[in-house]
Amino acid sequence: MSSWNVNDQRVPQGRLTLFSYLSVAFVILLLVGFWKLQVVQSGHYSDLAEKNGIRSIPIIAPRGAMLDREGRVLVDSYPSFSILLLRDNRKLVQKYLPEIESGLGISAEDLNSQLEAAKTEPRFMPVIIKPEASEADLAFVESHRSDIPVLDLMMVQRRHYPYGEMLASAIGYVGEVSAQELEQSDGRYAPGDIVGKAGLEKEYNGQLEGTDGMRRVVVNSVGKVMRTLDNVQPIPGKPIQLTIDYDLQKVAEQDMEGKEGAVVAMDAHTGAILAMVSRPTFNPNDFAVRIPPREWKQLNTDPETPLLNRAIQAQLAPGSVFKIVMATAMLESKAIPPTYTVYCPGQATFYGRVFHCDHAHGEVDLHKAIVASCDVYFYHVGQMLGIDRISYFANALGLGHLTGIDLPGEEPGLIPSEQWVERVYHHKWYPGSTISVSIGQGSVMVTPIQLARMITAVASGGNLVQPHLLKDDTDVKITRFPISQNTVDQVTQGMWGVVNEPDGTTSELVKLKDIDFCGKTGTAQTMSYDLEHRLGKHIKENGWFVGYEPRENPDIVVAALVQGAGWGSFVAPIVRDVVKAYYDKKNGVISPPATSTAENSAPSGVSHSLVAAAGAPGASASAALRSTGGRAGVVNAEAAGAQRP
Amino acid sequence: MKNRARLQDFDWVLLALVGAISLVGLLEIYSCTHAGSLAGMQWKQLMWIGIGMAGMCLIAMIDYHTLLDQAPALYIVGIAGLLVVLVLGFSRLGAKRWISLGGVVNLQVSEIMKLIIIIVLARYFTDVRSERLTLTDLAKVGALTLVPVGLILKQPDLGTAMVLVPVALVGIFLAGVQWKHMAIGVVVIALLVPIAWNMRHHLKPYQQQRIQTFLHPEDNPRGAGYQILQSEIAVGSGGFWGKGFGKGSQNQLGFVPVRYSDFILAALAEEQGFIGVCFVLLLYLGLILRLVDNAQKAKDRAGMYIVMGVTAVLGFQVLVNTAMVIGYMPVTGIPLPLISYGGSSIAFVFLALGLVMNVRMRRFVN
Repeated sequence: MSSWNVNDQRVPQGRLTLFSYLSVAFVILLLVGFWKLQVVQSGHYSDLAEKNGIRSIPIIAPRGAMLDREGRVLVDSYPSFSILLLRDNRKLVQKYLPEIESGLGISAEDLNSQLEAAKTEPRFMPVIIKPEASEADLAFVESHRSDIPVLDLMMVQRRHYPYGEMLASAIGYVGEVSAQELEQSDGRYAPGDIVGKAGLEKEYNGQLEGTDGMRRVVVNSVGKVMRTLDNVQPIPGKPIQLTIDYDLQKVAEQDMEGKEGAVVAMDAHTGAILAMVSRPTFNPNDFAVRIPPREWKQLNTDPETPLLNRAIQAQLAPGSVFKIVMATAMLESKAIPPTYTVYCPGQATFYGRVFHCDHAHGEVDLHKAIVASCDVYFYHVGQMLGIDRISYFANALGLGHLTGIDLPGEEPGLIPSEQWVERVYHHKWYPGSTISVSIGQGSVMVTPIQLARMITAVASGGNLVQPHLLKDDTDVKITRFPISQNTVDQVTQGMWGVVNEPDGTTSELVKLKDIDFCGKTGTAQTMSYDLEHRLGKHIKENGWFVGYEPRENPDIVVAALVQGAGWGSFVAPIVRDVVKAYYDKKNGVISPPATSTAENSAPSGVSHSLVAAAGAPGASASAALRSTGGRAGVVNAEAAGAQRP
Repeated sequence: MKNRARLQDFDWVLLALVGAISLVGLLEIYSCTHAGSLAGMQWKQLMWIGIGMAGMCLIAMIDYHTLLDQAPALYIVGIAGLLVVLVLGFSRLGAKRWISLGGVVNLQVSEIMKLIIIIVLARYFTDVRSERLTLTDLAKVGALTLVPVGLILKQPDLGTAMVLVPVALVGIFLAGVQWKHMAIGVVVIALLVPIAWNMRHHLKPYQQQRIQTFLHPEDNPRGAGYQILQSEIAVGSGGFWGKGFGKGSQNQLGFVPVRYSDFILAALAEEQGFIGVCFVLLLYLGLILRLVDNAQKAKDRAGMYIVMGVTAVLGFQVLVNTAMVIGYMPVTGIPLPLISYGGSSIAFVFLALGLVMNVRMRRFVN
């Protein structure tokens, strides 16, 4: 049939047998390979297989709550869900995007920009498309588990601040751990962990944060969780109890509404902070969920610096409150007799320069100088004491250095001295500067908390308490700077007079019935007269009032600062409200909501008449007379007019 | 003279081995896919086995001499088919291997080419009268083989293209090769390796990557090296006794790549252990030895060459696939005969076995 040999029987038996042997050899070779993997190295590969399929998912421990001194919750945590978009499979993601948009109410641009932002991260890392899911969102995700396979839920712990802005500056806020913190944590933190970033949240982060738990799950090759192996429950963070009294805090917050400044109320025996307000402020709830970059930028660049805790970080001239330091220095140094008097004609000339007083006080002794806040009296006292003595007593009374309060970022303020000027400005101290310093101007810078502490020290005979916010901190830290009883009497009687005597610098309304309410006003310029003149505008002065009760060995001290208040006397009612709330509470009186604020209580008649008289003496210094309550008639900076011949 | 097949000469032992291997495949496919969206794949596989068996009987009925008579025509049809695939074939899995047949069955022409090359080379070697092949013979065999190899490489399908080569090599070995030619061959290969190495840039990127991955698997833990690594982890973690049917974490959680197809032996090794691998490889060895036995008992050289062509293809596939699973060879996409899931692959094996039965059933016929 065919041209080729069909019946060729020459089958190469030998070669076929050789082929068989070769086959056997190959199978043996392969089995040796399997033996090596499956028997010799089996343990190694078993480990790898186990690691492959098992993932550890952290269970976030809730942060500890913050309570006020009576156990009322000020800060809390609650569990919430974030919605994750799994983007292992780009096609699937694109396919379900429209459904996700409508189901979760997220705009297409928003989703796309989030995906775009996560482009550089590994694909198996899901994107959080909704940090805080509503109940409707949760229902949507749960009911579409099978038909939208790219969504997942993650439980997180959110910080909750039920009173929003209340106490915000002291509480601080939380945020994602920074690269730097991550590096310094020795592996304790993982990226994305939430830590305290400012205020008490930062200070007591170690107590507040718990230990995260761990859920070990079996995942498949695309990372989908198949089942749970075991759970290690998280250890919740410990709650901390603060010294803050919610009732006092509320009163102070209400009084500071819409103002710029700070209030600190302190237990004068222990240093326990009862209230701390800084305005303007922020709402820490905005930080609890990822803060949008635009808002963060706004908070950081806002000229009113809402992130600043003014109670411990505002370093400003104290104005006439500083006269308490002067009076103490005058009496304690014994450089000047306690009976020293000065005639105040409304101004005085030192080193060829005219320094103003806001009123012609006539014959003035120490008591009247404190009560009516006579600048001329203290100009003379300052000249006689000299900057070194002033500086010594100011420092001894806690000004110019940290109080040691348990908050991060406290500022030290500044008390000028001869050495300081030589170190910083490389010139000799100008004697004229001493005159400015004498009334709390010039280079003097203090924080509200320092003033509260200084007044406490003077009124308690020299107890410099360390302010603190943590209630558990039972040991009271007091630095002693003994002040003689005679000095305490004289100075505190002056401060009693400020509030309670007819020619005191505060309004009649500030007086509190049945309470020995005392204090000192201060009105500090924020700009030199020369500068004001050049700019052709007037920046309103900062108003201070530090009040306390009772007159001697006080229970409570409250320092208040209102920037741009114009008069220290405007600030006094805030302090009065807080002291009254404290007193009422102590006596079991439920205090009515504070309605009288600094703004709607009228300044004293004295002030009005002074303003009316302001235009009179003319010249460049005419503006200097717009003041009251011991406002200084002189510049606040070294570089300004004080050096003029 | 008509060669009449005898039913009692049907190779029941071979069929039993094939049945056993197929059953192992069905069970492992079930284990790999039962939990997911691919559940039920074993029934499709079973269907293909049924179709394959029918095809096997069909092929066994046509006298292989008739097929050998048609060898030149079959070769031309096969080459034409490959060209059609290249020109018209639609892309699937990134390769133009398929042509649509009535929109129902996707036929892989290159699988059919494997059958055709077995027949064509058997015909050629039978025609050789001398005791040893001449250089001209070698050149002709080379040309006959390399044309379809080149066309399949162009698709591109390295795996299938490679499978054609052992048919020629085994044939040359059996037909007898002169020592000096063997020596020249060795020298040429030794020279070609560095040239091929320099030519590697002309390979498709994915082929380059496969070679790179084979040489340095640790370079890319998420890419192709990842597949080999995961396969090795599956095999190694199986241990001596295996993790049990349906209990291999690598397999069940999807870490083993294409676990129901190319890497099915890794899945099996994980769940059935070294013992299971021994069982499967011994089944294959039995199959190969039985095929060689059939070749030895073939009525004529033509039948012997056909059986050994089939043996060469199956043996090569088992060797390359198994070696790949344990990282001894790069990933080439060669399935494990009868066990890997896949219609084309199953159909080819049964049609090829049909040729073997064809030869067997006619061994006593005159």
